[in-house]
Amino acid sequence: MPAYTFTLNGSPVTVDAPADLDLLWVLRDKLGVRGPKYGCGIDVCKACTSHLDGEAFNPCVTPVSEVGGREVTTIEGLADGDTLHPVQEAWIDQDVAQCGYCQPGQIMAAVALLKRTKNPTDADIDAIENVCRCGSYFRIREAIKAAAASM
Amino acid sequence: MTTYVPPTDQLEEDDDTSSGTDRRRFLTYLVAAPTLTIAVQLGIDGGSPAAALVPQPADIIDLGELLILAGAATSGMLTIEITEDGTARLALPRAEVGQGITTTFSMLLAEELDLALDDVEVTLADARPELLFNQLTGGSNTVRSMYDPVRRAAAAARGRLLAAAAARWKVSTSGLTTSGGVVSGPDGRTATYAELTADAASSGLPNLRVSPKKPADYEVIGTPTGRVDARKAVTGQIEYGVDVDVPGAMPVMVARPPTINGSPTSFNEAAIKAMPGVIDAAMIETGVAVLAETFGQALDAKMAVEATWTKGTIDDLSDEQIFARLRKATLPFTVPKTGLSLDAEFDFHFVSHAPLEPNSAVADVRKDGATIWAAAKSPIIAAQAIAQELGLPQGKVTFHVLQGGGSFGRRLFYDAALEAARASKAFGRPVRLMWTRIDDMRHGRARAASHHKLRATFALGGVLSYEQRVASVETDTRHGLGEILTAVAASLPVAGNASFAQTIFLTTVKCPYNFGVVTQLLNEIPLKMHTGSWRSVYSANTRGAEEILVDEMAAKLGRDPVAFRRQQLKTRRQKAVLDRAAQEGGWGRAMPKGHAQGIAFHDEYKSCTAVLVEIDATDPQDPRVTKATIVADVGLCLNPSGLKSQLLGGLTDAIGTTLRAGLHIKNGLPLEGSYSQFHYTRQADSPTDVNIIIMDSSEKPGGAGELGVPAAVGAVANAYARATGTKPRSFPIIFPVDFEPFPAH
Repeated sequence: MPAYTFTLNGSPVTVDAPADLDLLWVLRDKLGVRGPKYGCGIDVCKACTSHLDGEAFNPCVTPVSEVGGREVTTIEGLADGDTLHPVQEAWIDQDVAQCGYCQPGQIMAAVALLKRTKNPTDADIDAIENVCRCGSYFRIREAIKAAAASM
Repeated sequence: MTTYVPPTDQLEEDDDTSSGTDRRRFLTYLVAAPTLTIAVQLGIDGGSPAAALVPQPADIIDLGELLILAGAATSGMLTIEITEDGTARLALPRAEVGQGITTTFSMLLAEELDLALDDVEVTLADARPELLFNQLTGGSNTVRSMYDPVRRAAAAARGRLLAAAAARWKVSTSGLTTSGGVVSGPDGRTATYAELTADAASSGLPNLRVSPKKPADYEVIGTPTGRVDARKAVTGQIEYGVDVDVPGAMPVMVARPPTINGSPTSFNEAAIKAMPGVIDAAMIETGVAVLAETFGQALDAKMAVEATWTKGTIDDLSDEQIFARLRKATLPFTVPKTGLSLDAEFDFHFVSHAPLEPNSAVADVRKDGATIWAAAKSPIIAAQAIAQELGLPQGKVTFHVLQGGGSFGRRLFYDAALEAARASKAFGRPVRLMWTRIDDMRHGRARAASHHKLRATFALGGVLSYEQRVASVETDTRHGLGEILTAVAASLPVAGNASFAQTIFLTTVKCPYNFGVVTQLLNEIPLKMHTGSWRSVYSANTRGAEEILVDEMAAKLGRDPVAFRRQQLKTRRQKAVLDRAAQEGGWGRAMPKGHAQGIAFHDEYKSCTAVLVEIDATDPQDPRVTKATIVADVGLCLNPSGLKSQLLGGLTDAIGTTLRAGLHIKNGLPLEGSYSQFHYTRQADSPTDVNIIIMDSSEKPGGAGELGVPAAVGAVANAYARATGTKPRSFPIIFPVDFEPFPAH
């Protein structure tokens, strides 16, 4: 079985895995990193949204062979130690999460959006396709705007 | 079936006067333990609420109250413990699936005990068979059933801590105060709860007569409070069923039949076992289970399974046949059609629960016992069923209740837990079982499809009668609710020959308007499909359809929809909620062409709500709800932020199911297999302007978990109708098969 080395949340990791095994399962089942969630496996619910070299991507459709030598950040790696990212803070302030299952993906999608655009419009926020089955969308919208203002 | 004819001289009277707490007596007990532990028993010494004379069954006793009554005899086991480090602990016999109950009850403990929220720990209790009926999460009943016992037990605990301090200092309790987990004396002496809890556990202390705080004195309750697990949620640390690590437990996925309820008879075992990462494979009742090193490999192997299957239970049925049967099963009207009547028929398609965390469970089955970990709203029944399946005594099955990634009724069913137990038994080792999204949508649960026939008759501008006939595919209630209803059958006003389904229907659905002779009847067709209560059970469709007809009635009478509703609503409380929504939402303001407002009202579980939405349907095939105003009166609101979350969720559910989200059934299987096909609301479908207003009230708390859906269904449909000049009759309104279905596997 080939070995792949990449940076995960700031630290190098090496993992033995078949080349075509999607990163979501490497993270969840081999490395015990369970923040990225399975919700569809085909890149439509976006619950696993994480960052690859700083940009949003979906590990459920990304074979581990594609991330060798690159930088993977999951929700676990977003905060700076005990200091939360402003988006995480905004999420707490706006009391966004209900069941919480989609929220790691929502937050990672929001952080990626705010990297691209400092002041996202409603249309920019609409383009986030992550499913929230509890229906917290309006609070997500408010939290993104609050985070943008605080950053 | 029972038909009620309301008195014609109905007075405007608010309906909560008969449900005050005074008729319930609560006994609290000191539990023999090293640190202070208080148990509370809920007793009822007043007359049955059914004795109250009100017009419709749902007014007399609604489903939320049923659960409370059935649980009354066994809820004495609720305990609050003050630990050695001064933390207050409560294991709630309910499921947390996003509704925020652990936060709400943490607030209640903090309030009554004068503790910081951080010093309170509310967890979910394991399945506790001795609780019998009092461990089912449903019917919007958690706050309604637990508020009084929890606050009284907490008040009793605070009383014991005061008594312990008084005994230690040899002073009277009257001069002592509590704050932040500390008892203070008039002379400045202090003692922490941690220091006092052992003394307070002593049966030698005199018993203090204590009362819970009056709502007017609340400082925590009623204050918008964020979720106690918010930090965990935003850092990815909440542990769901799919995340639990049990030593040795390996991933399992199950290949499922091509049609609902088929079973495997043979499969390509050698080929599957030779696949990368596959450890084992076996046939179980529901399919071919594959055990692998990772879920990814289990998924690949599951997809490679070639099996023969028995026939399913609805192989020859598609939507067309199902709706034809429903139309045929719809019971006739009583009142004949006249020149002054209005008829309408509605279809509601199947809707997946589709919680984002797919069906999952962890099971460790041994020869002499089994342990299960899963999100479950009816864990006692689940443990019983699993014990029976495994041939174990019930006491040998331990069921740990985990937080669930959404439910909406789905986790009333324990199919994943049962399947995980079967797989663990088959493989002889602990397993982590997870369904794929496709399977979750196709072989999981769904709200049953239904057909509705409505008739209203008028004379001289008034409404003489309102009839609604509902035919629905049978909604499965074999998760403990049936047993609860049997237990209280004798006290039900709708007992007799009513089925469970009719009982639930009649105890949850009620017309809030003075519409003369009102009859609402349900008839079910018994198709063996995986149905289940979906947030608000029958109300979303039944009341949604009624609210659409109400708009059409108003139009027929030449009345404004708000003014007409206002005139017909029964109580001052209802009218105040409607007025507030119309006022805050700017009812009647001018809208551009293709845009419109829509309003609707709903009353259930001793709460009521009005929703006013604005829609942009310039393109009728691509409408968007742009703005929503929601007003709710739920009696005393424990956590306004949590309640607003629930109402927001109800609105989002209504936008989805009214406009776009449903399941097509074709030849025994839903076509939809993921969120790219089942069009549940996304960010781009949700309003950018939402205003939610909670009415001040000190009435006893009503139910609110499901309240948000029905009025929003009516409001969205009414706005769409007005914006497009159409009369929506089939839901979801925009429902093409706009995708290539996944292969049936």
